[in-house]
Amino acid sequence: MSEKIGVYVCHCGSNIAGKVDVEEVANWASDLPNVEVARDYKFMCSSLGQELVETDIKEKGLTRVVVAACSPHMHERTFRGACARAGLNPYLFEMANIREHVSWIHEDRDEATAKAKALVSAAVHRVAHHEPLEPMRAEINPATLVVGGGVAGIQAALEIADAGYPVYLVEREPSIGGHMAQLDKTFPTLDCSACILTPKMFDAGSHKNITLLSYSQVEEVDGYVGNFTVTIRKKARHVVEDKCTGCGICTEKCPKRVVDTVFEAGLGYRKAIYRPFPQAVPKYPVIDTENCIYFERGKCKACQMFCPTGAIDFEQEDEIVTVEVGNVILATGYDLFDPRKIPQYGYGRLANVFTSLEFERMVNAAGPTGGKIVLRDGVTEPKSIAIVHCVGSRDKNYHEYCSKVCCMYSLKFAHLVHERLPEAEVYNFYIDIRTPGKGYEEFYHRLLEEGTHFIRGRVAEVTDAARRPGEEGKLIVQAEDTLVGMQRRVPVDMVILSAGVEARRDADEVAHLFGISCSHDNWFIEKHPKLDPVATMTDGVFIAGCAQGPKDIPDSVAQGAAAAARVLGLITQGEVEIEPVRAIIDEERCSGCRICNTLCPYNAIDFIEDLGVSRVNPALCKGCGTCVAACPSGVITGAHFSNEQIMAEIEGILVSPDGRETVLVAA
Amino acid sequence: MMASESTQPSPPRTFFEEVMAKTPGGEALRLCLQCGTCGGSCPSGEDMDYSPRRIFAMVEANMKDKVLRSNTPWNCVSCYYCTERCPQEIPITDIMYTLKRMAIAEGLYEDADAPDWSQTFIGLVEQYGRSFELGLATRYHLTHRPLGKLRLGTFALDMLRRDRLALTPRPIKNMAQLKTILSKAKELEGAR
Amino acid sequence: MKYAYYPGCSLERSAASYHTSTMAVAGRLGLVFQEIDDWNCCGATEYFAINLLPAYALVARNLALVPNDLTELTAPCSACYVNLKKTDKYMGKYPDLATQVNQALVAGGLHYDPGRLQVRHLLDVIVNDVGYQKVAEQVVKPLSGLRVAPYYGCLVVRPGNGFDNPEHPTSMDRLLRVLGAEVVDYPLKAQCCGGHMTQISADVAYELIRRLLHNAAEYNADLIACVRPMCQLNLDAYQSNVNRHFGTDYHTPILYFTQLMALAFGMSAKEAGLGSEIVSAHVALSKIGVEMPKQEKGKPRKRPNKQALPMPTMPDEEA
Repeated sequence: MSEKIGVYVCHCGSNIAGKVDVEEVANWASDLPNVEVARDYKFMCSSLGQELVETDIKEKGLTRVVVAACSPHMHERTFRGACARAGLNPYLFEMANIREHVSWIHEDRDEATAKAKALVSAAVHRVAHHEPLEPMRAEINPATLVVGGGVAGIQAALEIADAGYPVYLVEREPSIGGHMAQLDKTFPTLDCSACILTPKMFDAGSHKNITLLSYSQVEEVDGYVGNFTVTIRKKARHVVEDKCTGCGICTEKCPKRVVDTVFEAGLGYRKAIYRPFPQAVPKYPVIDTENCIYFERGKCKACQMFCPTGAIDFEQEDEIVTVEVGNVILATGYDLFDPRKIPQYGYGRLANVFTSLEFERMVNAAGPTGGKIVLRDGVTEPKSIAIVHCVGSRDKNYHEYCSKVCCMYSLKFAHLVHERLPEAEVYNFYIDIRTPGKGYEEFYHRLLEEGTHFIRGRVAEVTDAARRPGEEGKLIVQAEDTLVGMQRRVPVDMVILSAGVEARRDADEVAHLFGISCSHDNWFIEKHPKLDPVATMTDGVFIAGCAQGPKDIPDSVAQGAAAAARVLGLITQGEVEIEPVRAIIDEERCSGCRICNTLCPYNAIDFIEDLGVSRVNPALCKGCGTCVAACPSGVITGAHFSNEQIMAEIEGILVSPDGRETVLVAA
Repeated sequence: MMASESTQPSPPRTFFEEVMAKTPGGEALRLCLQCGTCGGSCPSGEDMDYSPRRIFAMVEANMKDKVLRSNTPWNCVSCYYCTERCPQEIPITDIMYTLKRMAIAEGLYEDADAPDWSQTFIGLVEQYGRSFELGLATRYHLTHRPLGKLRLGTFALDMLRRDRLALTPRPIKNMAQLKTILSKAKELEGAR
Repeated sequence: MKYAYYPGCSLERSAASYHTSTMAVAGRLGLVFQEIDDWNCCGATEYFAINLLPAYALVARNLALVPNDLTELTAPCSACYVNLKKTDKYMGKYPDLATQVNQALVAGGLHYDPGRLQVRHLLDVIVNDVGYQKVAEQVVKPLSGLRVAPYYGCLVVRPGNGFDNPEHPTSMDRLLRVLGAEVVDYPLKAQCCGGHMTQISADVAYELIRRLLHNAAEYNADLIACVRPMCQLNLDAYQSNVNRHFGTDYHTPILYFTQLMALAFGMSAKEAGLGSEIVSAHVALSKIGVEMPKQEKGKPRKRPNKQALPMPTMPDEEA
């Protein structure tokens, strides 16, 4: 084989050249087999750098190109483009990562240079075996599935629907609205949360391009970017939507009262047939069959008796709906950290310890107390309130991350207490006050003016065991005031635990369903934390809102809109290019053992029952190579990852820096 | 695994590094957020001249003399609340033990009661292999704080009357073995 | 069920009643406790303050002396338990420490492989290995009408010992309920009694003891049940000092949980090791077995009024 290979070693300013002798690497590479030309250059990704490659391809007739620079995640596309412009098939290019894998992680210049040479050698050996490949194309179905009807999902759905394309909006609860619908005011502007959200909810519920599937859950996802088939279970409401007028008589007449742990966060009650809140979209109630007397004992039917339109249907069954979509946006939100996991804070044992979400409901005019701030007895107004920051956050025992919204909502709580109970003392116990955001720091200053007591110290415990006079009958918040350097016990009437946000309990199951991954704390992982924050490694699946990590309302809305923009981009293109890097099964030799079927992380391998063999769906395959390695018969080949290519790469990496002998290492 | 390539950690250069090196898992001290959970949780915190959190800031600032003269470690009752609650999983109780050891080694502690009690207790254990409460009480209280003996008197009387104090120590059988083990351990400790 | 048994120094004399009642109860429950031959002191909370390696070597000698056919080691004293458990755990976690401790042990002809033994507190063995059901089967004289404050102290649950919640333990609560006792909600149940501070800095210790006695009295406890000799000693033998110091008048007997088990199993006061407590348990125990008129509960939860908001419950709360 005689190829003409061009090798280009990038300085990346001092990013690489600071630790790697790039000139030496380029010089050394020029003696490697098939290398026609080897150069080093300040910034290979600059247009001048790219032109260098293009000129050499044209003038020196290069048949293969290697660029040793940063991660292929950064610039593989860049250099493939340069090759293509000069008429070379872009897959005859290989990138050696000597920045992230070398200069950024090594201390010793000689060792770093030696390793850079090994990686360049590996790429040179490998690229000689590359084959020209052509990308595939897939048509994009213009419909989109949005999962989760919180503010992020609503925003995404509206953006796409307003652009004229169909959207299926799936929501698990009986109404869309998410956590934002539970809140009273929003920081730092103190807008009424419901007032700004309900118009969007109404739009989403009545938009001609949006099909709202509430009280529904996605059960199965098949297909690939542009062509997903999604199976959705529409749970039985036991209320016929065509007949129901939403008059609410059923709820009024229902004799069964249940603690509402979802919308009222456990602070209030609802009936067994209910609509979570007055502005719910859709307006139809649902029967909670676990608590309904009829479903429990076989009699009651009060709702049915009083329903003026005969809309109650006890026999109604779940409905399975199948939809075809081109893209998916996951906006499944968050769960509140359960502070019962920290028993020393007393939640669940001490009546007047509340969670932040309980307090949101309490201060909400539509909430269980009509907006009055009272103790658990429902009548007594507290004279002193402690707000405990960082509950479950910034703690390796629970969640190491900062939940980002608690400082601001804690400040908001303090403000609302000052507003409604001007005589009450408010203590904020914090580790650090974090208010980065437009108008946020100013809001903190406002609270300082309003006379909130700020005690810098993480709360050690909340107890009702009085120790000193003045503590009897109170909740005592014990903490070190770290600015004074002394332990303090502050007796208060009410404690609010500013619980952090955490990933949905079933986030990993949802991720698996849609073929994306979760971080160790179960947030959905974006394609790139900075430059591609709403895409995922699975084409056609996007994420928005708190499912990706803790964030506040403006950020969630921005992400919802961003995800919609990405989807609209794909829809407008009409079709999408799919990397030809994929596995191929030699069906003649496949034994049909199906080992690869279960191992494939992208569910890309189907078993063809008639033929008794497995087959790779090229549109779903990411070319990860898991099946190639696992196949006991060795009949799966990875295009762009053939055995030949990988063996050549290994041989290349084993060439010692002096370019002569090959060292064998038993791994 | 590269177990064979175990690299010796470089000797501690500062007081801060020394405290960490002398505590199993002590490197976690670098992670201290200064949140004060330890100081807030400490049952005897009110009697400490610096809260544990402040002690850690002082250790980080290499204020060796002040730290080792402080009564903070000696007021630690080993209840492990701080260790349990620390959001950065710092072995705080173990660090308090380290500070006690260093204070004794440097002769810097100011209130002698606690170190003397510990040393008297361990002296008896090293002699007999088991603790001997009456011996401990008399040796410590009579030599160390004779004024306290009246109070000790009623306590001891109560205990004796209910047969809860042994009058003579009962050494373990293989004292020689225990002594060999402890002297070898001391030798290794010196070389650490 | 056979266990290596490490009584610890206190159980030889000052807490002999704990040993007596433990043995009596173990027999009934089919537990076989084989005492480690020639065990030595665990160093309590003192040795780590003097020397690090000798402290671990001292504890490790006990682990090394456990015969090879036994894989579980139980200790009734929480401090011994923590030291034994921590030594095993740290030797496993920090190989350098394990090497040096074993170098010291080898000098005495011994060796210990970390992880060989499961170190268990007596309470853990009783509630988890024997189980509440089997304990209940043995109860012939329920402790009806006896209001008991379960006092765990620190070291049975901390640091992170795994068998109960380190902040809000409930295993002894449930055990005492199985014995028929009325268990009071005792918020300070895992707080510290001052440990060795009674000897060093009495004022510090007296305040900690006062808090515990005060809280138990507030909840109308007839007695406090404990799991560690040091706690028993501090609360019992120093109760009169505390009363003198603060001008208070507490008379709260302090018994080991095993003593209450023995009584509920129908054993005699002698078998239960009663009589050596300094604050007499006579009055409190006279309540057992006697049909008492229904007493008002210590701190009844207020009946929620119509406006009352629902109260969250703990997941582990059982009827």
